[in-house]
Amino acid sequence: MSGTALFRLRRQALPGRGLALGVTLVWLGGFILIPLAALALRPWEKGLGGIWAVLTEPRVLAGFRLSFGASALAALIAAPLGLLLAWVITRYEFPGRRALDALIDLPFALPTAVAGLAMTAIFANNGWLGEPLAAWFGWTVAFRPAGVVVALVFVALPFIARTVEPVLRDLPRETEEAAATLGATRVQTIARVVLPALAPALLTGFGLGFARAVGEYGSVIFIAGNMPMVSEILPLLIVVKLEQFDYAGAAAIGLAMLLLAFVILLGLNLLQLLLRRGQP
Amino acid sequence: MSVRITGLSRRFNGQAALDDVSLEIARGEFTALLGPSGSGKTTLLRVLAGLDFPDAGLVEIDGRDVGQVPARERRVGVVFQHYALFRHMSVAENVAFGLRVRPRATRPAAAEIDRRVRELLELVQIPELAGRFPDQCSGGQRQRIALARALAIEPLLLLLDEPFAALDAVVRKDVRRWVRGLHDRLGITTILVTHDQEEALELADRVAVLDRGRLAQFAPPATLLEAPATAFVAGFLGEASCIPARLSGGRLESPLPGLAAPPAWPDGALRLFLRPHEVAVEAGPGPGLVRMVHPSLGAGTRVVLELEGHVLEGVVPPGLPVPERGGPCGLRALAATAFHEDGSRARLA
Amino acid sequence: MTARPRAATADPPWLAGLLIGAALAVAGVVLVLPLAAVFTESLRRGWEVAWEAIIEPDAVSAMQLTLLVAAIAVPVNTLGGIAAAWAIARCDFPGRRLLVTLIELPFSVSPVISGLVYVLLFGAQGYFGPWLAAHDIQILFALPGLVLATIFVTFPFVARTLIPLMQEQGQAEEEAALTLGANTWQILWHVTLPKIRWALLAGILLCNARAMGEFGAVAVVSGHIRGQTNTMPLHVEILYNEYMFVGAFAVASLLALLGLITLGAKTALEILSRSRMGSHA
Repeated sequence: MSGTALFRLRRQALPGRGLALGVTLVWLGGFILIPLAALALRPWEKGLGGIWAVLTEPRVLAGFRLSFGASALAALIAAPLGLLLAWVITRYEFPGRRALDALIDLPFALPTAVAGLAMTAIFANNGWLGEPLAAWFGWTVAFRPAGVVVALVFVALPFIARTVEPVLRDLPRETEEAAATLGATRVQTIARVVLPALAPALLTGFGLGFARAVGEYGSVIFIAGNMPMVSEILPLLIVVKLEQFDYAGAAAIGLAMLLLAFVILLGLNLLQLLLRRGQP
Repeated sequence: MSVRITGLSRRFNGQAALDDVSLEIARGEFTALLGPSGSGKTTLLRVLAGLDFPDAGLVEIDGRDVGQVPARERRVGVVFQHYALFRHMSVAENVAFGLRVRPRATRPAAAEIDRRVRELLELVQIPELAGRFPDQCSGGQRQRIALARALAIEPLLLLLDEPFAALDAVVRKDVRRWVRGLHDRLGITTILVTHDQEEALELADRVAVLDRGRLAQFAPPATLLEAPATAFVAGFLGEASCIPARLSGGRLESPLPGLAAPPAWPDGALRLFLRPHEVAVEAGPGPGLVRMVHPSLGAGTRVVLELEGHVLEGVVPPGLPVPERGGPCGLRALAATAFHEDGSRARLA
Repeated sequence: MTARPRAATADPPWLAGLLIGAALAVAGVVLVLPLAAVFTESLRRGWEVAWEAIIEPDAVSAMQLTLLVAAIAVPVNTLGGIAAAWAIARCDFPGRRLLVTLIELPFSVSPVISGLVYVLLFGAQGYFGPWLAAHDIQILFALPGLVLATIFVTFPFVARTLIPLMQEQGQAEEEAALTLGANTWQILWHVTLPKIRWALLAGILLCNARAMGEFGAVAVVSGHIRGQTNTMPLHVEILYNEYMFVGAFAVASLLALLGLITLGAKTALEILSRSRMGSHA
């Protein structure tokens, strides 16, 4: 290695470092980092005041409220459901367990547009669920913010189930046996020993599901109805800005969205540190 | 009797993990369950704890048949092999757990629980760790936490599952003695499961040796060493080497000179078990081939040698010349424990 | 002897039954129902109508375009993913953790933003827009734009399945091969790839499913030119907006089938790799 290199790399036995690292950096830089740099740079041509003006447009503010609010609510609903699914596939043996296990990944594998279309069909006023909900409770889900939440629950669910599952699987049986020998009932063991041990994973899953929900587009736009100020999500507003050729405005919303999500995830990480306390 | 086990059997997929085991353990006794892995000792511990249930047989603790009683109603304290501490609870919360999960009617008041936890942590000499979490504690400290947690429920019986296996060799000895001292002070009937004979022989009042699910012998340590009941016990304890022999026409045919035939045994195959100090080795020509030579404290020089394809260990008495590695040596048996193929045992000299 | 009491770690039957029932209900409503709805809606007016919608020229060209985009984007990310996994799990250099974070970054970026960044670079008012226009190079609203956006959203799939696996496997076998005189390519081909082939295949599978099904990112860069820049998911949206519901659901059920096949293949791969755990995971 030459002494002028940015890092002085230690010699190592296995070959291919230069090539592998070179390919990786070109791949990462060309397809991800340079485009993202454009996102970080573009808004500033409006100046700070201009960016502020875009972000405080009532329609954009409503979008922030809807995107972040509905995502948080959806992740919150998906958390117990995901925990339930993870629990059942790791703890019980029953016919159809494998199928259920595979099915949990469906939202990962199903194209988002298909999911959106399907949700709309189900929750429309003449849909399988939309009709009874309207008839019995007078609820309308499709083409409203409630529809956004429903679609996002679908999106967030596997993130929570798949984050909790391995932790649940690796939880030593001995710990639960110890609780039993100490006199705890099964319900006490679950409530005081198992669930607290899952809390950090649940929080991580919540964060992943939430972050994904904030950015989600395809599953949402069909069912949302996209009414300005009511059911327009932020990604849609970016598309709207682009259609108006307001590149800087679109970039400003995108950047703000990323930063806000990042700050929230950071907060969740801190919360998780508190939750884990002494655990490494 | 504190613990009485009668005719206990447990099978897993047709394989017997416990086969007709009967044991009686006195109140306050320190007992070790000793055996190689797969001998059924852990299964027996789990059955005693109520974590597993027998296919047949009776388990009584303090006169009560607990065969169908689930773990949480048994008041059997368990220190698990890897301690199984609750990682999300502080040390004090771990110890308090057994008291806090009691039904409201029998649950002590919060202040009383705090007091008991403090007492227990002082008993196991780690009061300063109360606010820490298990992951911030050393292996030895975790073991004490697990012990305090098990003692919190005032157990009728304390089970220790290989509790020293996870400790450094250096601290293991100290901790062992400390545990035995604690037992002597508290007087709780204690059962230690271990595969380490040194541990069992040093700690326990009586040792139950398990061999493939059956109880091979249940006796005080000295008896096990002096009068092993089966060939398995003789081979498993005390570094014995095993040499096959034959008895034909009242004559002992063995590669080892120096042993007289046992009187009044029928002809048949024998197995001879010899401890190192029962084999005298001398430098010079002879049938033995020296494989390894290593000095040992006080008792002369230990020699590992090969004799007609069998490996055994012997001792060169102090002061005599030591044979060379790779060279020949002479040897003579001073004593041996012999087992006949019909199961009878004799001490030969 | 009476029936064996319940093991200490087993839940009471009423609780287990309740939870299994609840989980099946959740899965039924949230996961199965949407899937069933897609197929039912597409067949609402019979097989023939659905079939017509699928073999209609615009639909066929959308399928061809989708396959073409995936055929370019997936290999790019597979090669990049293997290189990245090798660099991170087998080599020693500062900043490896940062590199992992950066590789996973596209997963936390909205698909719409994934498209947006390329518009910012190559759009009419983008940083390179005027230069591209002057040289008559079309990236946006054309195949290159679709490919770029697809590469962005499917970027981490292969890398993130390989990195943890290769880190866990360690490099003892590669080092052994090295001492036996193998060169880089021989080590990669004979030692490393066989060890990771199932995970690699699973990663490629997921990457492909996402590439073919991506909507948001390609919606931004495509320009929705029928028969030219419409992928299947975009074609679904157009049909839907034009109230051609059966057509929309018919094409959507093709995409749903793709998802189901991916799931099935992934499950089969998992079973396969588990049963061969003894030799190579």
